[in-house]
Amino acid sequence: MEKEKLFEKLKEKHPQTILGSADRFGALEIQVDRNAIADVVRTLRDDAELAFNVLVDLVSIDYSAYPGWTGERFGLAYLFKSLTLGHRAQLKVAVPEGEPVVPTLSGLYANSDWLEREAYDQMGIRFTRHPNLKRILNHHEFVGHPLRKDYPITKRQWLSANESLMDEMEVRLKEKGYE
Amino acid sequence: MNTIDPKTLLPTTSAESSASGLDAAKHKDKKDLVFVNLGPSHPATHGCLRALCALDGETIVAAVTEMGYLHRGFEKDTEVHSFQQVIPYTDRLNYVSAIMNNVGYCKAVEKMLGIPIPDRAMVLRVITCELNRIIDHLVCAGANLVDIGALTNFWYAFNAREKVYDILEKLCGARLTSSYTRIGGLSRDTYPAFADEVKAVLKDIRKSVAEINKLVSKNRIFVDRTQGVCVISKERAISYGWTGPTLRACGVEYDLRKAEPYYHYEDFKFEVPVGTKGDTYDRIFVRLYEIEESAGIIEQALRKLPKGPVMTDDKRVALPPKQETYGNIEGLMNHFKIIMHGICPEPGEVYDSTEAANGELGFYIVADGSKNPYRVKCRPPCFMNFAAFHEMIEGGMIADAIANLGSINIIAGELDR
Repeated sequence: MEKEKLFEKLKEKHPQTILGSADRFGALEIQVDRNAIADVVRTLRDDAELAFNVLVDLVSIDYSAYPGWTGERFGLAYLFKSLTLGHRAQLKVAVPEGEPVVPTLSGLYANSDWLEREAYDQMGIRFTRHPNLKRILNHHEFVGHPLRKDYPITKRQWLSANESLMDEMEVRLKEKGYE
Repeated sequence: MNTIDPKTLLPTTSAESSASGLDAAKHKDKKDLVFVNLGPSHPATHGCLRALCALDGETIVAAVTEMGYLHRGFEKDTEVHSFQQVIPYTDRLNYVSAIMNNVGYCKAVEKMLGIPIPDRAMVLRVITCELNRIIDHLVCAGANLVDIGALTNFWYAFNAREKVYDILEKLCGARLTSSYTRIGGLSRDTYPAFADEVKAVLKDIRKSVAEINKLVSKNRIFVDRTQGVCVISKERAISYGWTGPTLRACGVEYDLRKAEPYYHYEDFKFEVPVGTKGDTYDRIFVRLYEIEESAGIIEQALRKLPKGPVMTDDKRVALPPKQETYGNIEGLMNHFKIIMHGICPEPGEVYDSTEAANGELGFYIVADGSKNPYRVKCRPPCFMNFAAFHEMIEGGMIADAIANLGSINIIAGELDR
């Protein structure tokens, strides 16, 4: 589908929550209200004319050091691809510093679990109703979120104990019917 | 009536087990399980990966995974380096096929700058990328076969790989961490015997692949160990965001070189091998067949390799020739600008992706007008593969898990960044 048509269609379905769009080197970025992201993504995935069945990536950005930036501190870019129709889409949500909370995409895409954990770990954005919002790349004793612009690149931390993983295992065993 | 209880291998009477309520199929008690850590540091984890498995007898009934042991802050590092200085860091993402990462990153920056690269650089990028795809697949298949006990194949695969590395070493001076590309082209042109040596190495590669094929494709042990093992459905693989050979092994014909062609891939004749079952066997063989397709692409590319420069003459990114730098003021200033002030794309955000050996390798780059990237997010294809690992190995044995880990080709450098 043409990117302009895609925008029109989403705007028609979600008139309140589609906020605008921007050109990203040929790709169209569609800006979405953060509280409605799960609804919009559901439309993207389930509408037969859109059929975005792959969540390609989730990118978190801290704009606090961006020259001349006036918007909210954080941004999240969601990248989608449709394997059946071949087109791509790009959504962006603005996330305020005081309340860096966004609804999860868990249940829509299987890989959103780890992608959202990465955004939480690296940037400190929390995802409501995420089943297992733990650190993923950094050690579990790590303090702070390293990709925030106010985290000094030379800072070192002492990390000692390894993780037992039994908290995740207990959940998994319960799903498998073990008591 | 006496039956053998598979859990204990002791004869029991069916009346006994149902009377005491200890029917193994129904009763699930956590106390019966043994917890085993697979990794993090073990030769079979190829890097540093960890899976905690709950075993009932020899069967994995539940598994959880942990990653990050090789996390070194690639994305944070990019923010304090200039656009050119990031290139060597990309070598260390998927260090088995470093040039493909160089190309993926440079292509994204070139898209931002709007700089077309010369035809010769484009074709050479295709050739070196396909050579890298071949060695990546050889390493993956070779190491995977070692993990399931077929050692000989490893030597067949690695002998051919070594010869490719000889070529890459002559091309850019390094074996693994090549840093071959530059923003706007390549670091250097080929050497005179390049085409002949590549043709000779393709012959060796085809011979090795044929030998591996002969050894394993009808080998009963190999077939039993891999067919129908650690199957993932097409739907699940798509939901996990799989791309590349692992997705194609599930029967999805998706290859960025066909779906969104770049560098004139649409002009090359090649097939996209796909599997049917999505098991370990399909994942290994999709790679082995892809080696042949890549070899074909290289031969076509060598035939049409045009003459000309390998670096753009765009003054924003290309260093002037040395006689210009030393000979006139414009050349000197140009040199100074690029070294001291760097390459400065206009503010903006871009996502660009290439078909790397493991799947879609994407870079999301935010520029703020300065010489350093404001933010770089790498999309490593095996991140998505490893996210599905725990649910693939459940129901199988530890040995199946090891065979599967090799077949989804987790490269820790790329996974953990």
